[in-house]
Amino acid sequence: MVEPFPVPSGFMAATIELSGVVTLLGRFPALAGADLKVQAGEVVLIQGPNGAGKTTLLRLCAGLLRIEAGTGSVLGHDLVEERVTIRRRVGLLGHATGLYDDLTVEENVRFWARASHADVDGVAAALDHLGLATRLHDVQVRKLSAGQRRRTALATLLVRRPELWLLDEPHATLDQEGRDQVDNLIANAAQAGATVMLASHELERVSRLTHRTVTVAGGLVVGDTGSRGGDVDAS
Amino acid sequence: MLRDALLVAAKDLRVEWRSRVLINQVAPFTLLIVVLFGFALDADTATLRDTAPGLFWVAVMLVAVLAVQRGAAIEAADDTQQRMLLSDLDPAAVFLGKAAGLFVQLLVLEVMLTAAVVVLFDVSVGEPLLMVASSVVATIAIASAGTLYGVLAVGLGVRETLLPILLLPVLAPVLISATRTFGDAFDRVDADGWAWLGLLGTFAVIYVMIGMLAYGVLLEES
Amino acid sequence: MSATAAPAPETDSPTIVTGTSSRGTRALAFIIAVGVPTLLAFAFFISPEDDVQRDAVRLLYIHVPIAIMTYVAFSLTAFGGIMFLYKGSRWWDTTAYAAGEIGVVLCGLTLITGSIWGRPTWGTWWEWSDVRLVTSLMLFLVFVGYLAFRRIPGDPTVRARRAAVLGLIGAMQIPIVRFSVEWWENNTLHQSSSVLYGKLENMTLFTWFLGQIVVGAIFLYLLIHRFRVAWMEEEIETHGLVGALEERRAEALVGVEQAVGGTVEGRISAVKDV
Repeated sequence: MVEPFPVPSGFMAATIELSGVVTLLGRFPALAGADLKVQAGEVVLIQGPNGAGKTTLLRLCAGLLRIEAGTGSVLGHDLVEERVTIRRRVGLLGHATGLYDDLTVEENVRFWARASHADVDGVAAALDHLGLATRLHDVQVRKLSAGQRRRTALATLLVRRPELWLLDEPHATLDQEGRDQVDNLIANAAQAGATVMLASHELERVSRLTHRTVTVAGGLVVGDTGSRGGDVDAS
Repeated sequence: MLRDALLVAAKDLRVEWRSRVLINQVAPFTLLIVVLFGFALDADTATLRDTAPGLFWVAVMLVAVLAVQRGAAIEAADDTQQRMLLSDLDPAAVFLGKAAGLFVQLLVLEVMLTAAVVVLFDVSVGEPLLMVASSVVATIAIASAGTLYGVLAVGLGVRETLLPILLLPVLAPVLISATRTFGDAFDRVDADGWAWLGLLGTFAVIYVMIGMLAYGVLLEES
Repeated sequence: MSATAAPAPETDSPTIVTGTSSRGTRALAFIIAVGVPTLLAFAFFISPEDDVQRDAVRLLYIHVPIAIMTYVAFSLTAFGGIMFLYKGSRWWDTTAYAAGEIGVVLCGLTLITGSIWGRPTWGTWWEWSDVRLVTSLMLFLVFVGYLAFRRIPGDPTVRARRAAVLGLIGAMQIPIVRFSVEWWENNTLHQSSSVLYGKLENMTLFTWFLGQIVVGAIFLYLLIHRFRVAWMEEEIETHGLVGALEERRAEALVGVEQAVGGTVEGRISAVKDV
């Protein structure tokens, strides 16, 4: 367990703390020495060109990937030793939606809610939040559009109430209404005290929500506009 | 943990029920195998009765490979396997659930296959209890080993053709033992079927245990 | 107060390696060079005929040690796999792989020599009801599958872990099948173990031990060489990592301009730092 740094301004221990992290995908160093520090409650935008390592960064923070060099911790748990514990406390939305085509929207959300040992009563509310409660809840996922699938995937995350949201291009494939819903989701999560980190190419829309922009390129964090409070120690 | 296993098993079975792949596609294939054997052997009834146990279990093996590939494809389709890693489910529970789901599916197919063999090969079942017991136990072993190897088939860079090469040799002892017990049950072979059943039981226990221990290791992607 | 650090990637070392030999392997090679002709001499000429099998027994001096070494090799694969899962050390994984590959070769030889021996003795090249034959064939197929799996491209650590499980499952069921089936059904054309029952006379016993030692030396020799080759292959790929990191970081310079278009709060100096 990482002990909190003595921070003069009185912030809690960092939600995400990466120092010189190298992560390999096969033999390729997707992250080549990333440094990052994110405090609780921040909403952070990750931007960068394709192939920069944004997705890898998110997956790493979800506890899915192994660190080859460097140190890191997420939510107080070490990324080398305690990856499995981290996974249960984060919510990751990747490119794949992670749904079963042959089951309905409601069945999917319900299954993943129970798989996360989350409150099943929250399923209805989650569906409602994402506009899936009325028409679509008993439609098989295979019949949905890409945007509707994305919203279903978000609903499965919503029931878990994660402390750290990791969203990989959440607005992609969504229509205007869907994008508004995602924005609401992020705002609500932040208000509730969760930390949100999202990778996106939609800079104008997202900059309204985020406090901070981190630029990733070549597997490194090369730019950081700084957090809302104290300094960002990015070394 | 049992509840989680049931959750996973129920999900697998529900997906199968909705998609009806096994019923619509794999089941006819199993019948086809039996029929093809009948054509190929072109033998008198006595020979067919003698070979029935072996043919039955070879057919089950081939079908099991298909069923495992189908299960793996479902999890690979939308990367639900990654979602599994991120959930709160204990890998051992996921293993038990998936093995249980596969077990049920295989058992249904075996019932059909038994009917086909009894009819087409004119087999008389001397000891039905032995037959049922060995079927159940062997299927537990097959389902466990299949689930274990099925995870490997989902990985990147793995071709579907690898699964039979990995799974079938490992199941060879199950094939041998099950054939002996069926041979005894059909009164064609002078073998102690119950003793072979004991060997089947050993395999079933071992594969279940290894599955519960090793599934987590196999699930990891990095 | 720091989190557990993962070990840093190995730095480039300028060692030039010309081969996988060493003093140890040269010593082994000598033993083998002397041992093989001696063994053949004893096996095929000097030791006495067997009462029942006559000259056919001579092949056994080679077949039996090879069979035993096959089991040793596969046990090493399984054990190496366990140790790798337990300790994460690459040494154990490479040992398991090397042992597995040699094991497959030895297993093939076991089957071939056994079959040649079987022809005059049993009258057939193969006999399905013999437990040891069937399980040896099974073992062969299982580990051919193991080798096929190890060649899949992908994350080497993940692949090594999965291969460890595969090797373990493969190796572990063999003793179970062997012993339980022999217990329940004495259905074997194989001779029961004569060595253990002390029924061999001096010359035969000596040749048997000689065979054991020579084949054991061959196994060790092959294992060490194969291990070293595999190790070096791995080293080459890992050294490639340092180069890959450089290239990757160089992308950062280009990428930054693309992403932000000009004004950047620089950390680009960090790229040159590491």
